[in-house]
Amino acid sequence: MQHPASFAKPATHSVAQIRAIIRKHKRWDLVFAGLGILALIIGVVTLAGLFIDLVATGWGRLTPEFFTSFSSRRATSAGIAAAMVGTLLVILVTVMAAVPLGVGAGVYLEEYAPKNWLTGIIEINISNLAGVPSVVYGLLGLGLFVYAWNLDHSVVAAGLTLALLILPIVIVATREAIRTIPGHIREGAYALGATKWQLVAHHILPYSSAGILTGIIIGVARAIGETAPLITVGAAVAIFTLPSSPFRSDFPFLSLEWLKEPFTVMPIQMFQWTSRPDQAFQINAAAAGVVLIVMTLALNGLAIYIRYRLRKNIKW
Amino acid sequence: MVGLARFSGVAVTVLAAGSLLQAASAHAQNIKIDGSSTVYPVTEAVAEEFQVKKKGSVKVTVGISGTGGGFKKFCRGEIDISNASRPILKKEMDDCKAAGVQYVELPVAFDALTVVVNPQNEFLKSITVAELKKMWEPGAQGKVTKWNQINPAWPDAPLKLFGAGSDSGTFDYFTEATVGKAKSSRGDYTASEDDNVLVQGVSRDKNALGYFGFAYYAENQDKLKAVPIVAKDGAPAVGPSPKSVEDGTYQPLSRPIFIYVNAKSLQRAEVKEFIDFYLKNAAALVKEVKYIALPPKAYELAAEHIAKGKLGTVFGGAAEVGVTIEDLLKREAKL
Repeated sequence: MQHPASFAKPATHSVAQIRAIIRKHKRWDLVFAGLGILALIIGVVTLAGLFIDLVATGWGRLTPEFFTSFSSRRATSAGIAAAMVGTLLVILVTVMAAVPLGVGAGVYLEEYAPKNWLTGIIEINISNLAGVPSVVYGLLGLGLFVYAWNLDHSVVAAGLTLALLILPIVIVATREAIRTIPGHIREGAYALGATKWQLVAHHILPYSSAGILTGIIIGVARAIGETAPLITVGAAVAIFTLPSSPFRSDFPFLSLEWLKEPFTVMPIQMFQWTSRPDQAFQINAAAAGVVLIVMTLALNGLAIYIRYRLRKNIKW
Repeated sequence: MVGLARFSGVAVTVLAAGSLLQAASAHAQNIKIDGSSTVYPVTEAVAEEFQVKKKGSVKVTVGISGTGGGFKKFCRGEIDISNASRPILKKEMDDCKAAGVQYVELPVAFDALTVVVNPQNEFLKSITVAELKKMWEPGAQGKVTKWNQINPAWPDAPLKLFGAGSDSGTFDYFTEATVGKAKSSRGDYTASEDDNVLVQGVSRDKNALGYFGFAYYAENQDKLKAVPIVAKDGAPAVGPSPKSVEDGTYQPLSRPIFIYVNAKSLQRAEVKEFIDFYLKNAAALVKEVKYIALPPKAYELAAEHIAKGKLGTVFGGAAEVGVTIEDLLKREAKL
C-alpha cells in the first residue's frame, strides 16, 4: 500500500511510469533476496567456522584410544568412553519416556479433548513449558526423581529429567503434525463407520509420524547438548568404568542395572576439560566437541532417514 | 496397525524396566566422591591410579559441585568422600551432626592463591596485603579505577581486575585473607568460575591484575607474572613457590586443601583401601598436578588418624587464613 494514489487512479500512469514502478519493485526483490542470502551465509559460515576450528584443534586427539579411555590427569591418555556411553544411555531413556508420553498427550489434546477452558489452559501451559530454562527442569528432576522417587543420581533420573525438558516440544510437534492431515481423511474414515480409535491408529498416527519424528529430532538435539539440568541432577565428572551391560547370560537376559548407575555426559566432560590448568586438555575438549557434533548429526540423520521412508508410504 | 504395534512394544519395555529396576541390587562396589573443583585434579589422579590397580573392580566416581555443594551432599550421607578447598564450617558441622554423619578430616595438599599481572607490567615488583585490600574491598567499587589511586608510585593507568566467581572456595578464601571478611568483595571486576578465562584475560591486558590457584599460574608461566606478596609492613616480599609454601613464608594466601571421609563409609573395605592408597600416593601425584605436597610426616599422621578412627575437624568450624604446614601438623598431632 505504498502508493494508494496509484491504485485509486491507475489510468493516469503512462507506460514509462508503470515500468519505473515495476523496476523499483524488482529492485526490492533483489535487495530482499540479497539480505536473505546474507543471513544464511552468516549462520552457515559461523557454524562451519566453529566446526572446522574444532576439527583442526582436536583432530590429533581423535585416535581409537580416545574413545576407549576414561578420565586421566594426563591429557593424552584421557578419553570419552564414559561420557559417550553415558550420553547414549541417557538419551535412550529420554526418548523411551518422552515419545510415548508426548505423542499420547498430543493425540489426546488434538483428537479427544473437549474444547473448553480447561483444555485451553493446558494448551497455553504446554507452549509456555517449552520456554522454561533448562536448569528449572534440573531442580524438578532433583526433587522428584532423585529424592522423592529415590532414583539416586543415576542414568534413569537424568534421562527422565531430559524427557520432561523435551516433552513440550514433542507434544507441540505431534499436534502440528496431526493438524496437517486433511479433514476429508477424517470424514472418510467416519463415513465408513470407523471408531475414533480406529481413525487414530490406522490414519492419524501413521500420517503424522513424519512430523512427530521432526519434533523428536529437535527435542533430542536439544537434550544431547544440555549440561545445566544434568549437573543439578548430580552428574559425575570422572568415571573410570562403563555402566554394567544391558545384556546378561542368565534369565531374563536383559539387565537394567545400568539405569541406577552414576553417569557423566559429553557436554560435562568437555566443560571440565576446558577449565583445566593444563592447556593440553583444550585439545581434548575440541576433539570431544567434534564427536558430540557427529553424534548429534548421526542421530538426526537416522531420524531423517526414517522420516523419509515413512513419507514415501503416504499417498493422498 | 503400525502405530498400535509400536506403542504396545514401548509399553511392554516400560513395564519391564519398572520391574527389573526394583530387582537391581547394589552388589557392585562403589565409591562416590564430590565437591571442590580445586581438589578435583588431585582426587582424579589418585582415582585414576587406583582404578589401574584394582582393574575396574571398584567403581569410583568424582563430581564437581563446589566445596559447599559437596558438603551438602556429604552431610546428607549421599557421598563417601567430600573434596574441600577449605575446612568444614560450623553450619556444615551442625548439618552433619543432625544427620548423624561422622567424618575423618584429611589434609591432602597445599594450594597457593597466586596474584598475577601481565608480563609487560614492569612497575609492580610486589604488593602488600593492605594494597590488595584497598584494591578489592567493597568500598572500592566504582571509585578505585586507576593504579595510582592505590599507590601514588604506580602509573596513572586503568586498573583491570580479574577474579574468582562468588560461588567458589577460592573467592571465599581470597576475600577473607585480603579484605578480612569472607565473600566481601567489590563486584565490578571480571569474575569467572573458569580460571582459564582469567588466565586469558590477564595475559591480554597489560593493566590487568587477577588471582587464582597456583596450578593455573604454573601451567601458564610464559603468559603471566606472579606478584610477590608482603604479608605485613616490614615483612619481606615472597613469591608463590613450593618452597615458600612449605616453609610457611608465603602468607597469607597459602591454604591447605582436604578430603573428608564419612566414618561409616570407611568401614567398607573398598573405601578404606582407597584412602590408604590416597595417602600413600598423594605426595607424588599432588606434585604432578602442580599442587604443593605436604611433608611425609603429614600423610603419616593422617594415616594414623584413620587407623585410630579419630573423628572431627581441627579447625572448629571457623574460616581461617594463614595456616602454615607447621601449624597444620601441630594441630593434627593434637587431635
